[in-house]
Amino acid sequence: MKYVDPHAHMVSRTTDDYERMALAGCVALTEPAFWAGYDRGSAEGFRDYFRLLTHTEPRRAAQYGIRHHTWLCINAKESEDVALARSVLAIIPEFLTAPGVLGIGEIGLNKNSKNELLIFDEHLELARRFGTLVLVHTPHLEDKLKGTRLIMDAIRNQGIDPGRVLIDHVEEHTVQQVLDRGFWAGMTLYPETKCTAQRACDIIECYGRERIWMNSACDWGVSDPLAVPKAAMEMRRRGHGEDLVRRITFENPCTFLSQSPNFRAE
Amino acid sequence: MAPAGTCPLAHTRTIDRYFLEHRAKVIDIAAFLDRIDRSQPPDNGREDFRLVAFRRTLEILTDGRGDRAKRVLEMLSDHSVEPIERAPMQGAFGAVPPPSHTGAAGKGGGR
Ligand SMILES: [Zn+2]
Repeated sequence: MKYVDPHAHMVSRTTDDYERMALAGCVALTEPAFWAGYDRGSAEGFRDYFRLLTHTEPRRAAQYGIRHHTWLCINAKESEDVALARSVLAIIPEFLTAPGVLGIGEIGLNKNSKNELLIFDEHLELARRFGTLVLVHTPHLEDKLKGTRLIMDAIRNQGIDPGRVLIDHVEEHTVQQVLDRGFWAGMTLYPETKCTAQRACDIIECYGRERIWMNSACDWGVSDPLAVPKAAMEMRRRGHGEDLVRRITFENPCTFLSQSPNFRAE
Repeated sequence: MAPAGTCPLAHTRTIDRYFLEHRAKVIDIAAFLDRIDRSQPPDNGREDFRLVAFRRTLEILTDGRGDRAKRVLEMLSDHSVEPIERAPMQGAFGAVPPPSHTGAAGKGGGR
């Protein structure tokens, strides 16, 4: 099978993972900027990170025939520090024209605070100004439902077309409202939090195949770079046809991401 | 709730496929509750807010109505609508802490 993993933090993974993903059929992936597991001390730390995302990772991926794309931002966890966040926002435009950059992401909320919302909004303004796609991280656990609603309202208030925004980490209590409001929905396949392969299949069965994808969001935490092909196997074991598997794991990501001229699946 | 028939597996095949895995999870939950009973009593004598929420979610599993996963997630969610003044920590608890809660050691959902 040929698939796209639309959310993978490859800076945290080994080259062996690229090889295993390629062997499993991964032809393209997208890597959002995220929290490194610690708070960076300055905007210069982010400049180095953006260089890693736009130059180093595409070369590493290409060795295995995987097309690498990226999204830039300062994540919500580090956005509580507004001064730092604004100095990072100021350097993002330098990188937006690099090949493989799809837009702004993964922006969003973490604890649903006023500062997080302020910086989220400033990212949206940047995306609107440069006409880029947006990839949104929704908060964890008890904060997700509230955060998802705040996020969707902020995007509407900015007048951004929801068809150009992917709202990630949806679960059973958020997926319907995300789709109803015209956004794309991402399901993240994690063993302990977010969504398992079985629940992702349940969600597809209950909420349909339109504007939805699955990703591994593999990073430095408990996660699996092969989560997408494993979820595809779960779909097949349940009796779903190859057309649905291909739709969710390849065609849907390509449809959304191809709205950016910088995306190429093959 | 999505109508019957949206999962292509036959009824018995569905049970064949998933029963043992979920049987083990029920036993894990039972053992978890036993373990809490056997642990050292809390300093303030009150049950932890996470456990209170957990026990309430178990009622959803046996009420005979559908959309169980969605309703469990909703029960474990913050239903307030206004952004908070300042993020008190970076993690999350998995259940909504009471307003009096001061602990900042949220675990889980790290990134
Ligand atoms: Zn991520």
